[in-house]
Amino acid sequence: MAFTPENRARADEIVARYPVAKSATLPLLHLAQDQDGWVSPDAMEEIGRILDLTSAQVLGVCSFYSMFKREPVGQLVVSVCTNVSCLVNGGPELLRALEDRHLDDDDVSVEEVECLAACDLAPVMQVNYDYHGPVDVEAAATIIDEYKSRVRTPRTISGTRVDAGAAR
Amino acid sequence: MPETRIVTKRLRDHPEDSWTLDRYLSTGGYEALRKALGMTPEAIQDEQVKASGLRGRGGAGFGTGQKWSFLPKDVYPRYLAVNADEGEPSTFKDHMLVERDPHQLIEGVVISAFAVECHLAFVYVRGEFALGYERLSRAIAEAYDRGFLGRNILGSGFDLDVILHRGAGSYIAGDETGLLSSLEGERAMPRIKPPFPAVQGLFAKPTVVNNVETLSTVPAIIERGGDWYAGLGVGRSTGTRIFSVSGHVERPANYEVELGTTFRELIEGLAGGVPGGRSIRFFIPGGASSPWLMPEHLDEPTDMDHVQNDLKSMLGSGAIMVFDETTDPLLVAWRLAKFFAHESCGKCTPCREGSGWIEKILYRMSHGLGRPDDLDLMLDFGDNVVPGLNAPFAQTTICALGPSIMSNVVSLDRYFRDEIAERMGADTRTRIPAPGGGGG
Repeated sequence: MAFTPENRARADEIVARYPVAKSATLPLLHLAQDQDGWVSPDAMEEIGRILDLTSAQVLGVCSFYSMFKREPVGQLVVSVCTNVSCLVNGGPELLRALEDRHLDDDDVSVEEVECLAACDLAPVMQVNYDYHGPVDVEAAATIIDEYKSRVRTPRTISGTRVDAGAAR
Repeated sequence: MPETRIVTKRLRDHPEDSWTLDRYLSTGGYEALRKALGMTPEAIQDEQVKASGLRGRGGAGFGTGQKWSFLPKDVYPRYLAVNADEGEPSTFKDHMLVERDPHQLIEGVVISAFAVECHLAFVYVRGEFALGYERLSRAIAEAYDRGFLGRNILGSGFDLDVILHRGAGSYIAGDETGLLSSLEGERAMPRIKPPFPAVQGLFAKPTVVNNVETLSTVPAIIERGGDWYAGLGVGRSTGTRIFSVSGHVERPANYEVELGTTFRELIEGLAGGVPGGRSIRFFIPGGASSPWLMPEHLDEPTDMDHVQNDLKSMLGSGAIMVFDETTDPLLVAWRLAKFFAHESCGKCTPCREGSGWIEKILYRMSHGLGRPDDLDLMLDFGDNVVPGLNAPFAQTTICALGPSIMSNVVSLDRYFRDEIAERMGADTRTRIPAPGGGGG
């Protein structure tokens, strides 16, 4: 992997914002994930070169944060909360149903997440970091299908921006 | 009893466009900044913010003006870090403020930076707040365009730059020093204090870390005066607070009320009480880290000191979770333990190991596999995480996540010991006979 020339320019611009270059680690990981759909070992190596870090240092940071996917995922990441306010409002049932529904679906990755800070919407889910709630299984399935068919425009995989034409 | 909307006034009055610059300016936005720039930094700190009695709204409730005053004199540069990494389970107020009134936060940041003589501020936004990031990002660009940020702000000679920084999914990045580690491009591991961030924070420079709600309150304090703010609330809990009420309630939402309002007014009044006429079994008053309260505490006031000293809990992040009579307290305790086990950064042994043990034990207790001595087992080793097991919690870990893992266990022991003893029943373990008929 390499950053596209456009993203490489964006990376330099991000690094220049900070008093210390290493602070750009998280933003560059988001940038790489938005470009490729996940954070590959090559991407970590390149980020290391830009920031003068070893790829192991970049991996060490990357693996700490749950939003970074170190294996390829679907173009849509569906995050379902099961923490307590969602627990008592059907979150775990929603998670199980969506996991079953998209078990063999390469386009959709369903994940269980911790509290999304939207408990007024419980049970809540995010699709590429856009909030939807409260949703039952049927409503959630409809929303996911609308994203799949691009009736709804999803954000990039890191949720940075809504961009219909973004490379994945 | 109605809400007292100060910080949430604009976003409630104008839900259709409260986050836009036009709406902000047409509702008195950035007037407090003009006023503040005509004051001295000392006057803002002492006569306004300290006088207001404003205490941090992130969880610890430390005096904001006092925190600012810890910055060593004449040491520059110094930084302001805004904590918008809201992750305490069932807290959703900062999420709302960032998404729906970003200019109010920016105005608070500029005034506060001016007061502490800082010229570079960082806003650390939780990674999952995609829309919040987008709106803050636009609001910051607009503020630069209109001269509310950048060089020579409104002709005052004061300069401030703001860097918006996105997190990437980590609860512990919301801890004051975990946030600084994360901003520096590290794993979000908390640091030993001292040195406190005010002395050696971001990039080892003096740093103030303040929560979104705290800073969003500053413009109103400047506009109407620290004394006015101090007149609201109760005792040392001055002003208003945004309580996130959720769980088994009719109208889960954020409600801004004067501190001292009772839990009953919040839960049964504003949030409409438990649906279907069912009753409350227990509630958690201040986020997942706070020990639980029972129906007999509903008429207690939301006074930070009273809740901590007399009820042995805390108002923490202001998240009130309500559970009705059908709820299994063991299941809730297990789910919160699972959260802490997942989010423990692994730096301190009592937390790293303790959170995992408690999660496993509470799992079996809440899934029909519990043993009679399980509660005592958790209390026994839990004493190594929180010596004395009594609020306010002592700690053997660098940050407060360690003691937080015990709040659910302590709550089970306080209020549900008899029920648990009954439910765990007789010891059903299959005992392995000692070899040779004894002496094992």
